[in-house]
Amino acid sequence: MKDTRSGFGAGLYEAAKENENIVAMCADLTGSLKMDKFKAEFPERFFQAGIAEANMISAAAGMTIGGKIPFVGTFAEFASGRVYDQIRQSVAYSGKNVKIAASHAGLTLGEDGATHQTMEDIALMKVLPGMVVINPCDFNQTKAATIAAARYNGPVYLRFGRPKVPVFTEENQKFEIGKAVKMKEGTDVTIFATGHLVYKSLEAYEILKQKGISAEIINIHTIKPLDVKAVIESVSKTKAVVTAEEHLFNGGLGDSIAQILALSLPTPMEYVAVNDKFGESGTGDQLMKKYDIDTENIVEAAIKVIGRK
Amino acid sequence: MSYIQKLEKIASQVRRDVLRMVNAPKSGHPGGSIGCADFMTALYFDILKHKAENFTIDGKNEDLFFLSNGHISPVWYSVLARSGYFPIEELASLRKIGTRLQGHPTNHDNLPGIRIASGSLGQGISVATGAALSKKLNKDNKFVYVLTGDGELQEGQIWEALMFAAARKVDNLIITVDYNKKQIDGSTDDVVSLGDLRAKFEAFGCKVIETNGNNMQELTNSLKEAKTLTGKGKPVAILMHTIMGKGVDFMENKHGWHGVAPNDEQLKNALSQLEETLGDY
Repeated sequence: MKDTRSGFGAGLYEAAKENENIVAMCADLTGSLKMDKFKAEFPERFFQAGIAEANMISAAAGMTIGGKIPFVGTFAEFASGRVYDQIRQSVAYSGKNVKIAASHAGLTLGEDGATHQTMEDIALMKVLPGMVVINPCDFNQTKAATIAAARYNGPVYLRFGRPKVPVFTEENQKFEIGKAVKMKEGTDVTIFATGHLVYKSLEAYEILKQKGISAEIINIHTIKPLDVKAVIESVSKTKAVVTAEEHLFNGGLGDSIAQILALSLPTPMEYVAVNDKFGESGTGDQLMKKYDIDTENIVEAAIKVIGRK
Repeated sequence: MSYIQKLEKIASQVRRDVLRMVNAPKSGHPGGSIGCADFMTALYFDILKHKAENFTIDGKNEDLFFLSNGHISPVWYSVLARSGYFPIEELASLRKIGTRLQGHPTNHDNLPGIRIASGSLGQGISVATGAALSKKLNKDNKFVYVLTGDGELQEGQIWEALMFAAARKVDNLIITVDYNKKQIDGSTDDVVSLGDLRAKFEAFGCKVIETNGNNMQELTNSLKEAKTLTGKGKPVAILMHTIMGKGVDFMENKHGWHGVAPNDEQLKNALSQLEETLGDY
């Protein structure tokens, strides 16, 4: 069990060893973002921004002028909602090579409660023209995604989380931005999952298998640009869709998939996401259950959507 | 002719450009633009170490300039074109469909001279601070300049940026303020008072110079003095006391000219007050 934020910290360090233009900024959350190793090894390339996220985003955009590749780190809520206008103007519209590292996303942030649990950030970021939105599923994939983001030229929103979760993807995997990963082959229903919900989908796969249902599990680590080809290919076969994410219904992965299907392959679909609500304090596990984004919700959604075929 | 007189003549042409530019689409921000014509002329024709040819976003080994109050884009476009960044004739396209001279400046359409978008206020000092840090990392000893409006100083991010620039000892940064005491809804004192601006900048860790932003001699002296204050562990700020609409009698000190273009008759009157020194586009 490892946290995805540690995957980010490890990836940042690897990427920084590879490219001396990589710099990092953090808004008083260096430990939480696991940026300590970068800071210790490359002190002259680390910039403490203090509790001033708007300045941090715009300053990072400025640092790209001169060829630097800044990774800016803070909690996902402060890395998206709080600084939407700075990202929009100075980063996305200006096409700057800034990497926004957004930790503690979603309900699994836990006890700090709704003020800190963003479930709107995917929506806010994917709507920006040119913004890449990545939500990897475990430590290894987050590390690989961080390295891939560093090599990619352009703005990236990299979303990850707080809790320790199982590590189930390969170490030192090849990470292709915009390329979906098929985790399990199946024929009755496709489950598209992102972030922490990928592992829960694999749990759901086993339960469905016992019930005689063959689910295809696809890990959508890149929500934008979405792997349209992979979506169409799988859904053409299974003709039933479940999406699973630690985000609101509105504007999340589910909406991205629904848009593709509505335009080219109308298919029965169920969302496993939070329906127009803010979260609350509690443990991550308690909240996933209470807000209906747990393994059993994926199982129920799969059975329901197969019934709608 | 002294070099000060030469700069004044350029500034007169820049003012003509601005007024003709905003008259054509009947849209734009002339007041702050002509109020800053002297500063922008001094900067581009005397102070900045820059090159118009083979423009690069990175601007390595060049001084950089950022415009935080993006709405005064016409004056920037004029000095850029007159410096050779792009054809002077292109000034006629301001705010028209398909133009690179957007209402607010942007690098989105590859207009030479512009490195980042601005318009939503309060972001420029942060951007300039980042670019100045980048220069330090690159061992590039040129300067980074940024211009902000004064009304814009009501944005909280300005003060985040100043605190950060001072804390990180960003001393290759020269912040200039168009201190005309006017904004859209009236005088800055009436809208939300800026208080003692010099004391505020000093308290936030800047070395501060005050100057008359519409007196070419005083202005160029202050800009040169600012350079001597760099490299001492603090950002440098120049509060430029200016007059909104400077150079056209019926526009001077009238906040109503913040974002309204002169009509044809007003343009004629205004142009009669400004010598055509370099030839209109």
